[in-house]
Amino acid sequence: MKENIMLSVKNLSIQFGGLHAVEDFNLDIKENELYGLIGPNGAGKTTIFNLLTGVYKPTTGSIVLNGVNRIDGKSTVEINKIGIARTFQNIRLFDKLNVHDNVKIALQNKYRYSTMSGILRLPRYHRYEALMDEEAMSLLEVFNLENEAAMKSANLPYGKQRKLEIARAIATNPKVLLLDEPAAGMNENETKELMNTIKLIRDKFNMTVLLIEHDMKLVKGICEELTVLNFGKVLAQGKTDEVLQNKEVIKAYLGE
Amino acid sequence: MNLLKTKRNKKAFYNLSVYLMIIFAYILVVVLKSQGMLSSLMEGLLVPLCTYSILAVSLNLVVGISGELSLGHAGFMCVGAFSSAIFTRYMKFLGMQGLYLFIIAILIGALTAGIIGLLIGIPVLRLKGDYLAIVTLAFGEIIKNIVNAIWLGFDTNGVHLSLRNAQALNLAKENNFIVVKGAQGITGTPHYSSFEAGIILLLIVVTIVINLVNSRTGRNIKALRDNRVAAESVGISSMKYKLIAFTIASSMAGVAGVLYAHNLTTLQALPNTFGYNVSINILVFVVLGGMGRIRGSIIAAVVLTLLPEMLRGLQDFRMLIYSIVLIVVMIFTSAPAIKQYMEVLKHKFPILNGLKISMMIRGKNKEGE
Repeated sequence: MKENIMLSVKNLSIQFGGLHAVEDFNLDIKENELYGLIGPNGAGKTTIFNLLTGVYKPTTGSIVLNGVNRIDGKSTVEINKIGIARTFQNIRLFDKLNVHDNVKIALQNKYRYSTMSGILRLPRYHRYEALMDEEAMSLLEVFNLENEAAMKSANLPYGKQRKLEIARAIATNPKVLLLDEPAAGMNENETKELMNTIKLIRDKFNMTVLLIEHDMKLVKGICEELTVLNFGKVLAQGKTDEVLQNKEVIKAYLGE
Repeated sequence: MNLLKTKRNKKAFYNLSVYLMIIFAYILVVVLKSQGMLSSLMEGLLVPLCTYSILAVSLNLVVGISGELSLGHAGFMCVGAFSSAIFTRYMKFLGMQGLYLFIIAILIGALTAGIIGLLIGIPVLRLKGDYLAIVTLAFGEIIKNIVNAIWLGFDTNGVHLSLRNAQALNLAKENNFIVVKGAQGITGTPHYSSFEAGIILLLIVVTIVINLVNSRTGRNIKALRDNRVAAESVGISSMKYKLIAFTIASSMAGVAGVLYAHNLTTLQALPNTFGYNVSINILVFVVLGGMGRIRGSIIAAVVLTLLPEMLRGLQDFRMLIYSIVLIVVMIFTSAPAIKQYMEVLKHKFPILNGLKISMMIRGKNKEGE
């Protein structure tokens, strides 16, 4: 039986002026897979995330989600509705709002009610607010953030801010979750915990995960397949163990 | 979870305090009035106080909640004032008067200002920060100047509009009536506004803003303010929600305009009634009262409207003292050292602390159970 390809990227390129930030990038991620994207700084990893989420429009190429939805050229908002959510390399939370509200905001597409029902406090408002409260709280529990629910998100410690960002992305109920350096700034224990959390998310929410990471322990530990990027081009692609044995990869990125 | 509830109670307590404050102010005025302790000057200020409070609360929705600097708020007030006054003045000409017309006028003012707000918002809200501020300032002035040039008359054939003069209206010889006479504006507007009406409208506006802010739409607006990129990544359309905030705020400014127009017999689009200095004054109320703080906006609007009147005795020094008070209050509300001192005070006197009070209320509720 052929496995279902969740995210398929073909010949993706983007140029900024004369710079080919990403050139002829191809990627196929199977459903429910944990996929890693690694490479030296400036290789174009985050640019690929920005292309996948519609922040940049590709110069050429196509991105297809779940075999049917072509998402290249669509806006960030539309792409999120179709099923891609992400976190950011430099954490972007809703700073002035509390932790609980951060997740609740991400539930806004699932529990839609009109501005009017909000202002007039119609039954729909009360019903949906209660559902949102409950779901946001249960998501926070998955990430052990339930005790910080009332805290202003800007006041959270760094590691928890990263977790909150993941919780927020999951709240939009995506098919594919993009994590941009989720372990950056975490200590060894936190990283270990994060690895378990990512595996848990994949199993519990049945998600396909693509992550950018510099921490090779995390990559080796959880990624099933890997793409190595260098100067905007794919250097190697395949099963994690095989890719990490690749001589070119060792030369360009891992160091001999 | 308990902490979350405590925070929510604190918020609910704050919201309740806004309503209580308005109702208390109303009762105070009624009592003073019945005792004859209210000077005619003060009595004349009651409706403008409500008008400016509504303007401050509505601008707070744009500046404080949505985080967009808008300097054209008086323009939307102008739209509301003129659109509603055209209606009531013409009705008066037809021999119709009554409070029901005032209610229709409020709806007309809110709707027209809302539509103009939406139309201006579509191009303008693509800009950010200083650029947005300058463009809204320009639009506010454009509205005022266009209104200043309008001639509008009615005859048996219908409505006639011109931007030149009375002759250009081409009205029929008989049964004609010019409502808006260019720079002279509208004269003989019926006097419908009252302090009671002002308080009711203020309560409605406050309710709309509070309910909006604590709903899905309000959270989306705040998310966009805090981080636009992140908000879009969770599926919030930036243009849509900024427009909602801007349109609702414009519409409420229109309501303030209706209140303003029906408090005077002559309505003219002058710089000191709808000009940019009025817009900036409203912004001062918002900044001084605190971004996103509804109670603060109302207090600032009331104090800063009353202050110049109270200082009339000082004649030439009036505006000087007014400015000094502004500077002192700004320093007091924003200086870190003073903020720290306030925290210490709050610690010493828990009654100052909203959190503690709401916890006390919660404790009582528990006993009740």
